[in-house]
Amino acid sequence: MTDQRSQAEIVRRSLKKRYRKERRFRVYGMVAIFIALASLVILFADIINKGHTGFIKTTVTLDVTLDSEQMYLTDPTDAEQRSMADFIAPIITALQEQIPGAESAAQTRELRALVSSYAANDISDRLRANPELLNTTETFVFQAHDQVSVYVKHADNPKYSIRLSEQQQQWVDYLQEEGVIGTSFNDTLFSRGDSREPGNAGILGAIVGSLLTMLVTLMISFPMGIAAAVYLEEFAPQNKITDFIEVNINNLAAVPSIIFGLLGLAVFISLFGMPRSVPVVGGLVLALMTLPTIIISSRAAIKAVPPSIREAAEGIGASKMQVVLHHVIPLAMPGMLTGSIIGMAQALGETAPLLLIGMVAFIVDVPEGFFDSATVLPVQIYLWASSSEQGFVELASAGIMVLLTFMITMNALAIWLRKRLERRW
Amino acid sequence: MQTAHLLLLILVLTPIAYSLALMRSKAVAEPLGGIRNLKALPFYYAARAALWCAIPALIVLALWAAFESKVIQGIVIASMPMDVWPDSAGRASLVLSQISNVAAGSLNANNVPEHIAEAAKVLEGLRDRSDNFKAMLVALIAVLGAAFAWTRVMPHINARENVERTLRWFFFLCAAVAVLTTAGIVFSVLFETLRFFEKVPITDFLFSTSWSPQTALRADQVGSDGAFGVIPLFTGTLLISAIALLVAVPTGLLSAVYLSEYASKRARATIKPLMEMLAGIPTVVYGFFAALTVAPFIRDAAAIIGLEASSQSALAAGLVMGIMIIPFVSSLSDDVINAVPQAMRDGSLALGATQSETMKKVIFPAALPGIIGGILLAASRAIGETMIVVMAAGLAANLTANPLESVTTVTVQIATLLVGDQEFDSAKTLSAFALGALLFIVTLMLNVVALKIVRKYREQYD
Repeated sequence: MTDQRSQAEIVRRSLKKRYRKERRFRVYGMVAIFIALASLVILFADIINKGHTGFIKTTVTLDVTLDSEQMYLTDPTDAEQRSMADFIAPIITALQEQIPGAESAAQTRELRALVSSYAANDISDRLRANPELLNTTETFVFQAHDQVSVYVKHADNPKYSIRLSEQQQQWVDYLQEEGVIGTSFNDTLFSRGDSREPGNAGILGAIVGSLLTMLVTLMISFPMGIAAAVYLEEFAPQNKITDFIEVNINNLAAVPSIIFGLLGLAVFISLFGMPRSVPVVGGLVLALMTLPTIIISSRAAIKAVPPSIREAAEGIGASKMQVVLHHVIPLAMPGMLTGSIIGMAQALGETAPLLLIGMVAFIVDVPEGFFDSATVLPVQIYLWASSSEQGFVELASAGIMVLLTFMITMNALAIWLRKRLERRW
Repeated sequence: MQTAHLLLLILVLTPIAYSLALMRSKAVAEPLGGIRNLKALPFYYAARAALWCAIPALIVLALWAAFESKVIQGIVIASMPMDVWPDSAGRASLVLSQISNVAAGSLNANNVPEHIAEAAKVLEGLRDRSDNFKAMLVALIAVLGAAFAWTRVMPHINARENVERTLRWFFFLCAAVAVLTTAGIVFSVLFETLRFFEKVPITDFLFSTSWSPQTALRADQVGSDGAFGVIPLFTGTLLISAIALLVAVPTGLLSAVYLSEYASKRARATIKPLMEMLAGIPTVVYGFFAALTVAPFIRDAAAIIGLEASSQSALAAGLVMGIMIIPFVSSLSDDVINAVPQAMRDGSLALGATQSETMKKVIFPAALPGIIGGILLAASRAIGETMIVVMAAGLAANLTANPLESVTTVTVQIATLLVGDQEFDSAKTLSAFALGALLFIVTLMLNVVALKIVRKYREQYD
């Protein structure tokens, strides 16, 4: 009797401990999930925090008198004259009108450092397009110099070092009050290629490069992936060759991406003599890389088509190929599409293999074809992130936001497709 | 004609062949009393003609395009006088680029030696001839192929079988591309690696403890040899991967357990895709985060407690990489935990065990092999990851176990050695391929073992 009671006592005492353990275990799980989700939130918050200013640009709006004597220019259509002309002088004059008294050589130099070094090009381009503007007064919106931009956007952020002189800071403050220096939406970001100056750099070149590369990747890996999946699921005999192919596909799916870069460098560039840094080679490398992903997901989609459908088609006399082409592939298509979109999203974010085939070159022009030198969005982000200029960090973050928007859209599309076209048998 | 134009030509000829054969098959069927007297539907005769038109022409075009420049270069070099033949592969590529620059007009023919100018003319002539011949050959093959198929539109021939056999071969070849890719990887790293080991002994590569691939331009400079010991790179890689796994394994495993055993269906349905987003974020974004946010934070935090951390530390790269591979660990563990039969859970609970005890004493041991497989896969991912470490871990090959110091990894070195202008055939460039071979072998072994474990374990309950 006493024995039993003491046993019950032991159980009761241990029970409390066990329940505590149980609760602790649950908390561990919640903490783990919290850590994972918190890192996601911190990552996004950090990038938005760093990058939202990338979507804003700092401008200098000035009424510039295009004095032909001051510019040493009589005929704006003459290329030779344009190359000798001084387009900076009228800008400085216009600035001096805003800030009277800044006339010494040193002050002129400091004034000149308020606008971007591309400002002269703006005047030159406008004059070439409309020669009749010579000797008139026109309103120009120039890009501010990068240091001015840093000062305007980040004066209260200690992480940014302000490299403007006291005098320049006063001027900028004054001009901001006057409405000469202001901020607006950074349309340059979406209308230009890379540049040495953050204010003039955009991601259009990288976006077009990414699109061209993705197009090549899609055109190669989608049909090939489906064909390979169909072969393995429907036609492949059970033998050593098939086994070998399957093992190969599974291994390729886990090969580090940089190895594919080595392959592209050795085979496409060295062996076949294809040019470096072009969307075709990038697309080929990424296609080989995404192929296993697409094959694996397409196989799963084909497997999900019930055998009864195949049997029914065979029963009315369809050949094996007709069964596959008329019934299995159309029914498996939603699953194949979903897998391919996810594979393409991965390829879109891939950087390492593209570094090796030379897509890190500094390219200003927006690529126009598959054989034009190009860069892609993630590589552009990498280049900007490793740049020492302060202004490029916010551009890199803005680029990341654009890239993530693309990826989330693609993934959402995949989920939507799966939801919409999902079929249960 | 340009290759692109020829492609367009094939693209135009193919539908013509298709429709011609379609018309002929109907015409052939007419006197017999309709298409049901043909062995195959008109569609198949037409498709066969299209295939005959396109495939041989495409194959010839592809082969031509792939080997054209190599063959022409060979002939150009051979056409030059014997005494100016380039004596090495490096010189040959230099001479060839000079020749093609002259031919393209970007280099004035008067500014180069006479034999180069001559060779440029030869090159231009060859290119013209090659272009013309290619265009003629491709067009001829396309037309002949289509014509052949057109004459073979006969009622007793089963075109469907031909078409289906061709398609089957196409399907097979697509599957075989995976094998070709693997072969391509193996051969491309193998040859360069062997050439590397001609210059640097394999024992030095595997067992030496210093890595400084900088080879000097002049032979008499200090440190002109470069050191190619892979051990510091390997320890760096292992250090970062170990930190990453220390973050990812507990977090991933515990969240998988919570999601599969405790969480409500709705919570699971929202949390799981959110966590999987972590796997979908491009690695360059993680690299950016690690280099610009985490690394400075760690440096400042270390300074506060009186430690000195490098601005690019193994810890920063490892932590962020750990976050990246959480979803790999969690979804793989989730799979294996779900694969454990419910009966085992019920049995344990019926004996009075709490849920956590069931988890720890019954399910976890049962799922362990699968979980280990998943961890190995995550480890292989960490070892092969490039962008995070390129951006956040540094380039100095330190042999250290201190996570606050900067280390470098195998992938970082591959990337930095091959980005930008490379010296032709130098030990420095070739060493990148040797590193690639090493990386390939290590990750391949990890993957094979992991896939074996996962598969073997899964079969137990099936």
